[in-house]
Amino acid sequence: MDFLQTVKIALRALRTNKMRSFLTMLGIIIGIAAVIAMMAVGSGASYVISQQIASIGSNIILVLPGSTTSGGLRSGSGGSQTLTSDDVKAIMAECPSVDLAAPTVRSSALVVFGNLNWSTVLMGTTPEMFEIREWGVSAGRSINQQDVDGAAKVCLLGQTVAENLFGSSDPVGKMVRIKKVPFTVIGLLDHKGQSPQGQDQDDAVFVPLRTAQRNLIRSPFPNSVGALMVKGKSEQLLSKAEEEVNSLLKQRHRITGSKEPDFSTRNLSEILAVAEQSAKAMSLLLGAVASISLLVGGIGIMNIMLVSVTERTREIGIRMAIGAKKNDILLQFMTEAVLLTMLGGVIGIALGTGGATVVSRMLSWPTLISFQSITIAFVFSAVVGIFFGFYPAKKAAGLNPIDALRYE
Amino acid sequence: MGPVISLTDIRRVFTMGDQQFEALKGISFAVSAGEFVAIMGASGSGKSTCMNILGCLDIPTSGNYHLDGLDVGGMSTDRLAEVRNRKLGFVFQGFNLLARTPAIENVELPLVYAGIPTRERHLMAQRALEQVGLSGKENNHPSQLSGGQQQRVAIARALVNSPAVILADEPTGNLDSSTSEEIMGLFTALNRQGITIIMVTHERDVAEYAARQITFRDGRIISDGQTIHSGQRG
Repeated sequence: MDFLQTVKIALRALRTNKMRSFLTMLGIIIGIAAVIAMMAVGSGASYVISQQIASIGSNIILVLPGSTTSGGLRSGSGGSQTLTSDDVKAIMAECPSVDLAAPTVRSSALVVFGNLNWSTVLMGTTPEMFEIREWGVSAGRSINQQDVDGAAKVCLLGQTVAENLFGSSDPVGKMVRIKKVPFTVIGLLDHKGQSPQGQDQDDAVFVPLRTAQRNLIRSPFPNSVGALMVKGKSEQLLSKAEEEVNSLLKQRHRITGSKEPDFSTRNLSEILAVAEQSAKAMSLLLGAVASISLLVGGIGIMNIMLVSVTERTREIGIRMAIGAKKNDILLQFMTEAVLLTMLGGVIGIALGTGGATVVSRMLSWPTLISFQSITIAFVFSAVVGIFFGFYPAKKAAGLNPIDALRYE
Repeated sequence: MGPVISLTDIRRVFTMGDQQFEALKGISFAVSAGEFVAIMGASGSGKSTCMNILGCLDIPTSGNYHLDGLDVGGMSTDRLAEVRNRKLGFVFQGFNLLARTPAIENVELPLVYAGIPTRERHLMAQRALEQVGLSGKENNHPSQLSGGQQQRVAIARALVNSPAVILADEPTGNLDSSTSEEIMGLFTALNRQGITIIMVTHERDVAEYAARQITFRDGRIISDGQTIHSGQRG
């Protein structure tokens, strides 16, 4: 018996009991829709996290100055001026697991171009920082070592700053004033997007470290810097690099015994990796819960198929008397079950995809529906049909034609 | 030319728990091509068991059964299904048509399992329906047909694969007397065209349409002979 005919017979049988077929399918529909939606939400979350990891750059340690106490007030982390450019040089020279290190100073500044102005974050840094953060320029050039050494009055603009001051025209080569000091724009940075904390990383202007220290910030400690960025030689060496930086700085800052260090280190990608892990675990958990409903749906299919076999005993008898072999009957009922679940699977995929889209629109929660998860859902629904359809089909195929014909 | 059907010393023993019941106690007879045979007997006489064995639905405990030159004994169930499909046509008391399925598709069913292509199948089924006088009713569902028409569809289904033998089990049992005559007339006509028919019945007047009557009692054949007025009624 050809396959097309089998499918035709199965479809007729399903059409005969439309309501029942639909209700049976509902279990699979809900199961598949839930799996699809949950996977979409879960993988959306881990996608966002991995985007954020990519935006800060991989395997980076932040070194922040410690707090100061003056007149009983503790300023909080980053308040003191304990880190210096010499610390950066020492880290580069003495920590074998460290690839690059860059100092940054940070302030807020008003940037003026013509009659437009924009208040933004001012960062003074060295060329290494752009390398560490893997942050290139989309126009012009980046800051180089000569700029730093000569305290050149040049600046790099983040995309947001450029948009607000220049609109769509090219800012490279133009003069802007930062804190009333004229600077030449030498380049426009690539788009970087949101940081994990939700800040717009493109809303910043970058100048050479020494220029910032001398002309813009004018700290009482001219050599001090704000945070340091340190890049490990590899992902695996990152925690080792962190240890090396810690012990080197303790030694340089003469911190012994139980004395509280005047700096702290933070391993950003580690935090994000944990976040990503938990997002993945979450989506797996949701998927597992959803697949329980798929299991329940499968049992529903089995139940209805058993009822169907009993109801159609006489039909099975007729088919057998007329020449249907065991396999013909087996295949017929299996086809029915698989058609039920696959149809349910398709509807479930549509519903789950729609549901995920609604969730992402309404809660502005990113969802990601991969072709892979759709394929898996579809194959899984077919497998449920095969698995739960087999026993009833086997029962039908095993009937004795004489008894089946006599069945009332 | 040898007989289409030959049964030699057929026994069938049913075992229920530790009780044994011998339904057929050594049956032997042969049917030649073109014969019209009625098998008669009261209920419990063994005629239904004999019919099941003839129809390759049941296997005898001992004895030989040759159908159209094939030794049916010892065949697997799938092989028996194939024999039923190719060599036999069934007509049942309760018509046994598939509900919610057009007449033509009911007739096509044996051809579906024989693996005959759709177009050819359709033509063959149409011809069989014509043969039983049901042209124009191809797309009617069984529920839209009278009892007599339903039985005609069933006969068309039995005819469609050009079987060696048509087996009819109480074909008029569910029909009123005028429809019964109509159906028996059809059987007689088909027999005249050379089709071998074996029919089980317990009604004497129905049996008299057949040229030969075999009577069963308690698992044995008690008479096997020609009717004098074969096919002369009505």
